[in-house]
Amino acid sequence: MVSRRVFLKDGGLALVSLGFAPQFLARTVAAAGVPKRKVLVTIFQRGAVDGLNMIVPFSEDEYYRSRPSIAIARPGSGPDAAIDLDGFFGMHPRMAPLKPLYDARQLAIVHACGSPDGTRSHFDAQDYMETATPGVKSTPDGWLNRYLHAREHEQATPFRAVAMAPQLPRALQGLAPALAIGQIAQFGIRAGQATDMVQASFEAEYAAAASGVLNRTGRDAFNAVRMLKQADVARYSPENGAGYPRSPYGDALKQIAQLIKADVGLEVAFAETGNWDHHAQEGAATGQLANRLADFAGGIAALTRDLGDRMADVMILTMSEFGRTVSENGNRGTDHGHGNAMMVIGGGVRGGKIYGRWPGLAREQRYEGRDLAVTTDFRTVFAEVAGAHLGLTNTTHVFPGFKGPLSVGALG
Amino acid sequence: MRVVRTLVPVVAVLLIAAPRGVAERSTSAVPAKPDDKTIVHVLNRIGFGPAPGDIERVREIGLQAYIDRQLRPERIDDTAMEERLAAFETLSKTSRDLADEYFLPAQMARRQGQQVRGERQAIVELMQAKVLRAAYSERQLQEVMVDFWFNHFNVFVGKGQVRLYLNEHERDAIRPHALGKFADLLRATAESPAMLFYLDNWQSSAPEGARTLQQNGMRPGRRFDRAATLPDAPAAQNRRRGLNENYARELMELHTLGVDGGYTQKDVQEVARAFTGWTIANPRQGGSFRFEPRMHDAGEKSVLGHRIAAGGGKEDGERILDLLAKHRSTARFIATKLARRFVADDPPTSVVDRAAKRFAETDGDIREVVKSIVTAPEFFAAHALRAKVKSPFEFVISSVRATGTTGGNGQALVQAIRNLGMPLYGCQPPTGYADTAEAWVNSGALLNRMNFAVSLTTTLQRGAGRSPRNDVQVPKSAADAVIRSSLAGEVSASTAETVARATTDAQALALVLGSPEFQRR
Repeated sequence: MVSRRVFLKDGGLALVSLGFAPQFLARTVAAAGVPKRKVLVTIFQRGAVDGLNMIVPFSEDEYYRSRPSIAIARPGSGPDAAIDLDGFFGMHPRMAPLKPLYDARQLAIVHACGSPDGTRSHFDAQDYMETATPGVKSTPDGWLNRYLHAREHEQATPFRAVAMAPQLPRALQGLAPALAIGQIAQFGIRAGQATDMVQASFEAEYAAAASGVLNRTGRDAFNAVRMLKQADVARYSPENGAGYPRSPYGDALKQIAQLIKADVGLEVAFAETGNWDHHAQEGAATGQLANRLADFAGGIAALTRDLGDRMADVMILTMSEFGRTVSENGNRGTDHGHGNAMMVIGGGVRGGKIYGRWPGLAREQRYEGRDLAVTTDFRTVFAEVAGAHLGLTNTTHVFPGFKGPLSVGALG
Repeated sequence: MRVVRTLVPVVAVLLIAAPRGVAERSTSAVPAKPDDKTIVHVLNRIGFGPAPGDIERVREIGLQAYIDRQLRPERIDDTAMEERLAAFETLSKTSRDLADEYFLPAQMARRQGQQVRGERQAIVELMQAKVLRAAYSERQLQEVMVDFWFNHFNVFVGKGQVRLYLNEHERDAIRPHALGKFADLLRATAESPAMLFYLDNWQSSAPEGARTLQQNGMRPGRRFDRAATLPDAPAAQNRRRGLNENYARELMELHTLGVDGGYTQKDVQEVARAFTGWTIANPRQGGSFRFEPRMHDAGEKSVLGHRIAAGGGKEDGERILDLLAKHRSTARFIATKLARRFVADDPPTSVVDRAAKRFAETDGDIREVVKSIVTAPEFFAAHALRAKVKSPFEFVISSVRATGTTGGNGQALVQAIRNLGMPLYGCQPPTGYADTAEAWVNSGALLNRMNFAVSLTTTLQRGAGRSPRNDVQVPKSAADAVIRSSLAGEVSASTAETVARATTDAQALALVLGSPEFQRR
């Protein structure tokens, strides 16, 4: 906690001397010494990952019958085979970096998980998942934002909720403040020697803005800029030999680690990874999907390694809007489907296990005769994380209309 | 007199007060003596914002006349723009020539480990041309519409051969129909190789075991030259065949009916069957659209309650396009999107109703639909003014116009727009970029806008730039001029004060362009 106190003291002084009201810092200073808050890192795989090739039901003959050219081979059949998890399911071979986390019981999988709504529209399904109100389009805010709003507290900093993305995702839109940051090193006003003056001027303009959204966003931005300046995040080298993938997604996770270590009050982080919509030439152990999974798994493995012991307070939750057809299509790809797999990773996870009832892949077991059926509502997983990890006790406002269950038992 | 029935009384009065041709059946609420802020409003909505002197020019020819003129871009002289674009050698080339001269040689050179600039040139020129047109074309509304429709029929530069066909997609499929008939636009995009590639339809074929047109012998006269057309067609690469639903779904969800437009999963599959065989001849070599009977599912189809008899060929897909273009859900969906672009994120139902009705009664005449929106009383209502937050593209272009910046090849602007999170032709999902404030207003993006304002004015001050044409200095009182000509003089006391306190002219100008007022249009 030493670095934190020093930072707060210096930060507070610096701001007072500039004449700004460091209200959030004053609050943080007052709260120094309170227990560290838990952190949730959410990762959205946009475009609908093929969950059946990510977490492979290799014991199902139907899986191999339905996917003659893109199936992942059964474990034990060479380097391109699935990595056995529990004798029934296996991991895609390019996700090998996650196997140690599974073995250490820090990674749990929920399969055949998804939405009660049957839409196969990317846009709608992402919207439903991010608002956590499947089938309801008029929901104004995202579920993470509702969580933040339900648990507003005095120690909140501008970095309480951060999306490492050019745009604020739907999940974080709403009444509670949330930041969207592309690159933290460039987050601020850059006007050479005139920077302070220009920044103060812009800040005054936005403080007086008639428009609510510009006014609020401007205020959040300038608060965050000042805090980040004090935290000195410009230089960073990951610890424990962690190597992040060289991709915007890998970069986003690295910066999330940076913010966590800087103790700037991060509670909810959001990262996204795209290009999962493999309608054609999806590939199997190698190819398009394999490359995306290597990036995806490599990022998570690096983040957990980099954070080391801090993972005790951090949880990573992965999601994608829907799964893909059980059968491959005419172009060695898969079309939009239904059920999918989600992952939960962290110190508090009862991992090394695949949760959820498996519905089977036979035609009559499928959703509408073509897709993996959903046996666990994605909100069950969200609710479990919000409850067991973040400490939310009343879920009614965060998950309106959701009757539960509120847990699959993955977090004990 | 069908129109009058739907009008609110105040409009009816306006109609009587200023009658227009009966043939036009106009519902115009365009003020005859507009104030500055109304003119600025129109310049912000049917164009990319005011340039110096625009207010005076519009007042001189009249606001109604200006709008009418913009609705007829082909009659507007744009010689200066054309001369400027003449320097771009790739813009007018066919996809086949682009493949021969740029893409294939680049591919070859890459294999030999060499760097070539040819391939990038085609993309770079297209991006530069887009910003230059938006910033400097006299046909402002046309550029707004091309941008709107490209985004509506979005394709992504990063997906395979799309980059080769991008120029053709915008130039031949979108631009000619931007203010034309929706049905023509829909048809052109359906046959656009960029779209066929992007949404995978070029590979979609009749499922294994289904009877195809050729095998049925229904077109005995049609010869099919395997060697000439199949070297990289999917049928040659994969012996397997089957449907791909991607285009069929997005065609209904995003291009026509809208997600709540009343179609089912069964419809998606049937539409996909109807479009089997709509493919590309030699995509690697820039080949054009072709219908391939051997890939086409010859069976009967049933779409949205309509039966399509067995044995049809390309006309199966045409029949569906026709059906979709005329569908009332399409009229409503397109009217809503256009009203969102021109009026407000959440446009008044009345203006959408009127636009949808206009769509239906003019057989999808885009010019008429747009006209009904931009001459509507809701468009000129006080709460519509500055109701929209500019997208990054609109913000950058409007800054350039406001300052009268003349220079450069546009590359700096292309880069700036990318940095603001909206790379040109770079929207990966088929939805296109969002047209609502919440998508673009966030803390990081807002700071980047302020930084763009600073760097644009700094560049201007230096009079820098490698191009000799980029020689504009920031004149004294430039900030005041922009406040007058782009914001109709209306800024908050705080903004006026910070601008007045600025230590240099460039800084003052940056504080205007980065201000909250300038983020709106």
